[in-house]
Amino acid sequence: MVENRPFLDFMTHLVLITGVIVVAFPVYVAFIASTHEPDAFVRGVMPLLPGDNLIESYSTMLKSGLDIGGTPPVWLMLGNSLVMALIVAFGKIFISILSAFAIVYFRFPFRILAFWIIFITLMLPVEVRIIPTYEVVANLGMLNSYAGLTLPLIASATATFLFRQFFMTVPDELMEASRMDGAGPMKFFRDILIPVSVTNISALFVIMFIYGWVQYLWPLLVTTEEGFYTIVMGIKRLMATADREPAWNLIMATVTLAMLPPVLVVLFMQRLFVKGLTETEK
Amino acid sequence: MASITLEGLKKTYSGDVHAVQGIDLTIQDGELVVLVGPSGCGKSTLLRMVAGLETITQGTLKIGHQVVNTLEPAERDIAMVFQNYALYPHMTVYNNLAYGLKNRGFKKEEIKKRVHNAAKILEIDDFLERKPRRLSGGQRQRVAMGRALVRDPKVFLFDEPLSNLDAKLRVQMRVEIKKLQRRLKTTSLYVTHDQLEAMTLGDRLVVLNAGKIEQVGTPMEIYSRPATMFVAGFIGSPAMNMVPLKYIQDIDNKNLSLNLPAPTDTLGIRPDAICLSPPESPHLTIEATLELFEAAGSESHLYIRLANSEQPAVIRTNGQPPQHEGEMLRVYVAHEALHPFDSRTGKRTD
Ligand SMILES: Nc1ncnc2c1ncn2[C@@H]1O[C@H](COP(=O)(O)OP(=O)(O)O)[C@@H](O)[C@H]1O
Ligand SMILES: [Mg+2]
Repeated sequence: MVENRPFLDFMTHLVLITGVIVVAFPVYVAFIASTHEPDAFVRGVMPLLPGDNLIESYSTMLKSGLDIGGTPPVWLMLGNSLVMALIVAFGKIFISILSAFAIVYFRFPFRILAFWIIFITLMLPVEVRIIPTYEVVANLGMLNSYAGLTLPLIASATATFLFRQFFMTVPDELMEASRMDGAGPMKFFRDILIPVSVTNISALFVIMFIYGWVQYLWPLLVTTEEGFYTIVMGIKRLMATADREPAWNLIMATVTLAMLPPVLVVLFMQRLFVKGLTETEK
Repeated sequence: MASITLEGLKKTYSGDVHAVQGIDLTIQDGELVVLVGPSGCGKSTLLRMVAGLETITQGTLKIGHQVVNTLEPAERDIAMVFQNYALYPHMTVYNNLAYGLKNRGFKKEEIKKRVHNAAKILEIDDFLERKPRRLSGGQRQRVAMGRALVRDPKVFLFDEPLSNLDAKLRVQMRVEIKKLQRRLKTTSLYVTHDQLEAMTLGDRLVVLNAGKIEQVGTPMEIYSRPATMFVAGFIGSPAMNMVPLKYIQDIDNKNLSLNLPAPTDTLGIRPDAICLSPPESPHLTIEATLELFEAAGSESHLYIRLANSEQPAVIRTNGQPPQHEGEMLRVYVAHEALHPFDSRTGKRTD
């Protein structure tokens, strides 16, 4: 839509800029707080300019963590979160692209039923089935392990559904041509279908990476050893100080660090991501 | 090289759709046979059964002497050109051509030789490193042909390969396909809904209607002796005029006796068989009103209505009509140019 209406332009910009401020301001405040003395944040007047405590806050958190909060160094938690987010993202994509492939390209008995069962699991996210899932994971001895952290999150109806929708737009002739060219089903999947889906895969990767990164409740349940703490649950633990003010500058430093990886992933994959959501190139 | 034999081939889709209802046909070694018919008559289904992309409900399909009913497409040694080309979008032209050879375990040098050879024949050697997205429609079409060509298969199958091209390119590619087929002498089955394409391309035509064969023959046989009213109306442009016998009144000869075979009740007359001046041979003389004159360059069309009956008809001629629109004129049809039909069965009667 190309329209030349100055007032409309002005209004849309106003709305957009307001939106950006609403989203960005708290992030800015968090960053500023992380650069000040511990008590600067609660003194009443919030500072809006960076202080001089930046290096100290960040190096404390990265190197040693906070004893009172009972958290390991931040780099360890960042590492755990990264491993978890990557396993969740890749696992989800791997499982769902295969199941979508089966549903779209094979005529097996109860195909439609299988699809609907997958689809119905949309209504059963981890939070809903958390107690039975915990029971299962505990019985399998997977508490305090990466498997326990990630496996229950990996099955994904959303991704299966998105891949199914995409595969249905891929012309059948592509599959037929590859059959003529002597490619079996898995060869077609590997040589044709996956390359054609690259943009969709990357878009889903970004979404699923962030989904894995922001998990809070589940890691809180299945990890009791510091060595498996993830960053998001770690932040919560930092705040749980009974007898004194939380060290806001350190907490905010951790928050800022925790935001970085998703931001980097989005920035890095932005081009592919937008392409995957908007373009259907076949 | 091989012949193709279809014996009682049937295809029934779920929900009782009888797409192909018993086809018997033999395609000789090296022949180019065109399947032609209106949209939805089962051409693609038939072709796809030969390709192995559709299961055969009933009947036998042989390539050479081998029954191939249950063979995978890749095992039938055939190649197919699709209407939308179905090029692999993420592969270069080179890899598009090479993919089938790679899967069949050809050596690298052999693949290279074959791809370059096919590319040269089709004049796409300049684009080998491009992706299909950066090619024009005509170039994509050539790549699709190339993919069939490199394999040097026993049989080529074409499913409306030219219908995504503009009119000019379509004519050009039509000629090239014919030349190529003449040169390679590969048995080919070509599907189109365009009767002109079918006439110009085929060694033989198979006219299909509603899943059944209406007529098989060379283009000229079909044009000059259409076996049914359907074929008569489908082949030739403008379409053949179908005039109920009772509307034909010869003004020179009131008691018309044409010696027509028994159940004839309709006469088919090609638009170019209606003349504006009397021919030498025995003929009908008919009065009509000129309704509309249409000049189309090398030829022109006259839309007329027969006197008394208001029956419309089209004349194809290459000159100006002597009359103005709205005036009466006399037209002449040689007796031998009449095609007698029985409208109840739709069949030719002589
Ligand atoms: N997969 C299918 N399932 C059910 N009916 C089909 C299927 N494919 C084609 N048909 C039907 O079979 C008939 C012939 O189709 P098709 O061979 O594609 O016609 P054409 O290529 O001559 O236009 C049509 O009536 C079509 O609706
Ligand atoms: Mg078709």
